Amino acid sequence: MGKKRTTSGEGRERQRLPARRFRIAAPRADSADGGSFFFPLLGLTDRGFSDCPDLKMSRVTTALGGSVLTGRTMHCHLDAPANAISVCRDAAQVVVAGRSIFKIYAIEEEQFVEKLNLRVGRKPSLNLSCADVVWHQMDENLLATAATNGVVVTWNLGRPSRNKQDQLFTEHKRTVNKVCFHPTEAHVLLSGSQDGFMKCFDLRRKDSVSTFSGEATEAGQGRWASLPVAQRCILRIHHSFAHGLMRDAESRANEAQESWGCPDYPLGLCSGPQAGQSESVRDVQFSIRDYFTFASTFENGNVQLWDIRRPDRCERMFTAHNGPVFCCDWHPEDRGWLATGGRDKMVKVWDMTTHRAKEMHCVQTIASVARVKWRPECRHHLATCSMMVDHNIYVWDVRRPFVPAAMFEEHRDVTTGIAWRHPHDPSFLLSGSKDSSLCQHLFRDASQPVERANPEGLCYGLFGDLAFAAKESLVAAESGRKPYTGDRRHPIFFKRKLDPAEPFAGLASSALSVFETEPGGGGMRWFVDTAERYALAGRPLAELCDHNAKVARELGRNQVAQTWTMLRIIYCSPGLVPTANLNHSVGKGGSCGLPLMNSFNLKDMAPGLGSETRLDRSKGDTRSDTVLLDSSATLITNEDNEETEGSDVPADYLLGDVEGEEDELYLLDPEHTHPEEPECVLPQEAFPLRHEIVDTPPGPEHLQDKADSPHVSGSEADVASLAPVDSSFSLLSVSHALYDSRLPPDFFSVLVRDMLHFYAEQGDVQMAVSVLIILGERVRKDIDEQTQEHWYTSYIDLLQRFRLWNVSNEVVKLSTSRAVSCLNQASTTLHVNCSHCKRPMSNRGWVCDRCHRCASMCAVCHHVVKGLFVWCQGCSHGGHLQHIMKWLEGSSHCPAGCGHLCEYS
Amino acid sequence: MNRGGSSPSAAANYLLCTNCRKVLRKDKRIRVSQPLTRGPSAFIPEKEVVQANTVDERTNFLVEEYSTSGRLDNITQVMSLHTQYLESFLRSQFYMLRMDGPLPLPYRHYIAIMAAARHQCSYLINMHVDEFLKTGGIAEWLNGLEYVPQRLKNLNEINKLLAHRPWLITKEHIQKLVKTGENNWSLPELVHAVVLLAHYHALASFVFGSGINPERDPEISNGFTLISVNNFCVCDLANDNNIENASLSGSNFGIVDSLSELEALMERMKRLQEEREDEEASQEEMSTRFEKEKKESLFVVSGDTFHSFPHSDFEDDMIITSDVSRYIEDPGFGYEDFARRGEEHLPTFRAQDYTWENHGFSLVNRLYSDIGHLLDEKFRMVYNLTYNTMATHEDVDTTMLRRALFNYVHCMFGIRYDDYDYGEVNQLLERSLKVYIKTVTCYPERTTKRMYDSYWRQFKHSEKVHVNLLLMEARMQAELLYALRAITRHLT
Repeated sequence: MGKKRTTSGEGRERQRLPARRFRIAAPRADSADGGSFFFPLLGLTDRGFSDCPDLKMSRVTTALGGSVLTGRTMHCHLDAPANAISVCRDAAQVVVAGRSIFKIYAIEEEQFVEKLNLRVGRKPSLNLSCADVVWHQMDENLLATAATNGVVVTWNLGRPSRNKQDQLFTEHKRTVNKVCFHPTEAHVLLSGSQDGFMKCFDLRRKDSVSTFSGEATEAGQGRWASLPVAQRCILRIHHSFAHGLMRDAESRANEAQESWGCPDYPLGLCSGPQAGQSESVRDVQFSIRDYFTFASTFENGNVQLWDIRRPDRCERMFTAHNGPVFCCDWHPEDRGWLATGGRDKMVKVWDMTTHRAKEMHCVQTIASVARVKWRPECRHHLATCSMMVDHNIYVWDVRRPFVPAAMFEEHRDVTTGIAWRHPHDPSFLLSGSKDSSLCQHLFRDASQPVERANPEGLCYGLFGDLAFAAKESLVAAESGRKPYTGDRRHPIFFKRKLDPAEPFAGLASSALSVFETEPGGGGMRWFVDTAERYALAGRPLAELCDHNAKVARELGRNQVAQTWTMLRIIYCSPGLVPTANLNHSVGKGGSCGLPLMNSFNLKDMAPGLGSETRLDRSKGDTRSDTVLLDSSATLITNEDNEETEGSDVPADYLLGDVEGEEDELYLLDPEHTHPEEPECVLPQEAFPLRHEIVDTPPGPEHLQDKADSPHVSGSEADVASLAPVDSSFSLLSVSHALYDSRLPPDFFSVLVRDMLHFYAEQGDVQMAVSVLIILGERVRKDIDEQTQEHWYTSYIDLLQRFRLWNVSNEVVKLSTSRAVSCLNQASTTLHVNCSHCKRPMSNRGWVCDRCHRCASMCAVCHHVVKGLFVWCQGCSHGGHLQHIMKWLEGSSHCPAGCGHLCEYS
Repeated sequence: MNRGGSSPSAAANYLLCTNCRKVLRKDKRIRVSQPLTRGPSAFIPEKEVVQANTVDERTNFLVEEYSTSGRLDNITQVMSLHTQYLESFLRSQFYMLRMDGPLPLPYRHYIAIMAAARHQCSYLINMHVDEFLKTGGIAEWLNGLEYVPQRLKNLNEINKLLAHRPWLITKEHIQKLVKTGENNWSLPELVHAVVLLAHYHALASFVFGSGINPERDPEISNGFTLISVNNFCVCDLANDNNIENASLSGSNFGIVDSLSELEALMERMKRLQEEREDEEASQEEMSTRFEKEKKESLFVVSGDTFHSFPHSDFEDDMIITSDVSRYIEDPGFGYEDFARRGEEHLPTFRAQDYTWENHGFSLVNRLYSDIGHLLDEKFRMVYNLTYNTMATHEDVDTTMLRRALFNYVHCMFGIRYDDYDYGEVNQLLERSLKVYIKTVTCYPERTTKRMYDSYWRQFKHSEKVHVNLLLMEARMQAELLYALRAITRHLT
């Protein structure tokens, strides 16, 4: 039952959009920083390996050797696909392991050089088919591999013989997916296997010291049976392990000894049978900072945190991903940060220090994530590669989860292993791939998708503020220009300050402009009021227009009011228009503070009449001159009209009609239509009229357009352009002229169309849609479907942002565009549970299939309620909306007689 | 309905097993009348299934929700012995037949028909002929492959390979289908088709393996001749359920035998478990064990005395008799033992290099969204399904058995798990069971009741159905792995 989204919910979602977005600027790696190297000791101070300070110092200095890394982007061909790679601590060697490859390469300045082939023997056994490999970070000679047949092998490069194989642990029953050395402890190795177990080995022992089961058990209720035979031995091993720890880290070891010393909880190997039920382990990683902690990830999406001293149960478990979690990596510096990557194509960063694991960041990639590795010295960077399909390696800034900071595109098949060459050098990345190649990538040479993108953001705030952000370079280019010409708005420019704490040399900076509505500008109040008060249907056209004009005037929007009045004049029968009123409003319109931005010019108009012939257009052009002249002489009269039209032969017949009775004209029009336009696309007769206005049937527009519209648009254009320049007189006379001439409404359709476009472009899509709805058929055919749809959806969107659900639904209902009217048909399912058996009622909303009872009875009439059901939240009785309303008018008690005092509001 | 089958027509012939047909050929006058079997399965006594059904409201709910035909068909009835599984099965089937997907609905059913036809599974064919027409398919297509668009016809090759020798599928096959041209397939469409094909190949295995009976009231009225849907020969049905049931109730002489068989199996399982902890076989030993198992599977079928015929004989018969061959080309193409190929030595499919969880899922889900989750759930479900019982014994861990069954099927398709000791298969799966497995997965149309009855005689029918489910899913996964690997190779 996932689809429970309602339109209202969606609207609320939108509502939550932040009014201002200031944090659009994000850092990115500057290409120059690839060249700057960090001196090895730089990272030491905050890195602390264990709780034993002198130990730390000595180890790290030897580990780093003090030389600066150099190199270039290069790759070498391997003989077989690689499954995993690992780097030696001296950052000069890398080991590559796969099903049929196991080699060590030296990383030289210009190339990789094969140094050692560990795959020896005539017939290599499956023990050499590696799923994973890891190089000890303390000991240059120590390696461990995980074999696909479930064997964990350790290798000692110090052995004199050709075969460097050291130890073989055959305790896992299934493929081992991952091996991991303890970061500071020389002899501790951890493995995670498909059989659902993790095993901890002490390399001085022949077998594992402890086993951890990935089985999802309740805390403290693991299936840990103590095996009487094995227990003593295991305990002894634990002790030796603990002693080993004591040598290195005293305080911790004391604690550890305490734990081992008193075996309160049963220890032991899990016996076979449970193997099948436990989830496969995909990755295990020792925490870098917490000595005893390691994390493990599972096929079912869980991540577990273990204390290595307590194999009976995990310290913590949470579900990190949907589907297998393929990999995890502890942050090298931040104690609690763990990055996990899963088949669900996500990389998530968790903060494990809090009581509950908290998701800090989430990066959505395009394919399942096979490996994830934090980038050294860059707190927020991590590298990922994917399991399938996508062959690239990405370096992400987790704070910028949509665009990778860098991208390496060298490989031709999926990348299977990635490793940063040096734990303190962020610029060298090594990778092995299924395409049988080993690569060294230089951060400097990475392609940076950010550079190819032009980040721009644009957002409207709830109160009409507009924020716009773009790359600084782009904005600077046009800084001389004000981005918007609205006179009551002014831009504010922001520039993000460089964050000195950032490890990067450079930051991508962007400029943010916010256009605020001036305080006192009224915000969008007018919009809400107008939306609520406008009448859109249910009354004759004239009344609707009058009503809306009144509404607009009361809200001080005189131009709009004027428009409504004009529409009324154009489309309604004469006589009802009080001339004085018209005059008045025109005068007011002229003095209105709002500037008229557009001016209709005939030159613009003529091409707009697309269906016209060339002849007509030229005719329109010639006419325009005369009209302009005429209008400057203030009067365009019917006679004038007649004269000019009369001279045109094609339109001749029509003018004869104009001269005659109005009614005749309207009666004749349809007759003209049929012979003249047999191929007319829009048969007007087929459309029902929204309002019954007898004397204004929608006439054939094309015919009218041909003959008359150039002229009329000419005169109207003058009205518009002259309006600001105080020409109420001429306006008045024009209106009168129109009124007198009784031109058919279609005469104006082009004009109205342009008017609607004008409003829509001005941002007042409300006006456009309202007029469109009210005029219905009269103008609809002049505006192309897509535009209409666009207006509708914009208006509905706005209404929903202002939570005007009812208005928005009304608009949806009144719209004729199919795409719009189906908007309120979607997600209309209301899921109901039966009030008796509490189970969902699947078929009908009122009868339960299971208990065969009618679920919702009206408390008043005792019939089943099939439509709107209203119920009291106090006593949960209810019934038909009408019945309950009626009942509660007369009584305040619940109709069911339960004695509850119900309220209806 | 001419169920009596007294005329020796092709359809009637089809009902007979080859042995009986040979007899018939010698003496055409013999009239064979087929007894009407009741219940959803010819192998499982009706009451076993029905009992489970009446109790289970859940099944009805599931059928209501997910069935495309809107009724409780026999497959569903038999599967409802394992309701948990049934849900994921129906959900994924419903998704691939009815929900959003790249292929039009009639195509989906036609592909199902093509897949089922590879195994002459008339039960599935009839079912989908109905649905094909209901979803607006063109009736003419049902006349055979010559009448369908070239595009669908192109699918034939991959259908053939997938059904019988999936290891032969290469990226060239994929390229041929998706290369731009008039009749090309888009990758999502192809993946959808492949999923459908694999599903219906595997389902055919289940239908034959569980002896699914034809639907009682087939609503066929569209001119498509009703093939009597059961291909179980009279000789199988003659040894009626009752006799076998007797063995379950304990009055059969074989009881001692089978009881000890069960005990022996349990004993072996226990021993294996203990063994694994102390003694490990050498690596070479392991790989030879896989080869041995592969080789041995060669002789498994021919070992069945009752149905031991020369290979060619089988094929001839099929071509002659089957009425469904119009949906396929090259009907003689059948399973050939992976181990036998000899000349062109194809490498073993290493399961670890292309697993369902890591690779298959990601690819299939990318190209045909959400199906990955459904299939994943189904595979997990069937693999992990257990009631911790074995026949009369309770609280037994059957993981080992389930794994052996699953891996044995994959072994026959040349998929090898590095971390599996194939010696276990030998210990756990007795010869009669191997015969059954091999028949059901590779030549399902040859399954007989005798085979079904001859293994694990102490086990409950529901457990045997579980075996069938395992075989079916293992087969589907194997086919998918090969097909998806080819697609991956095509992509890289």
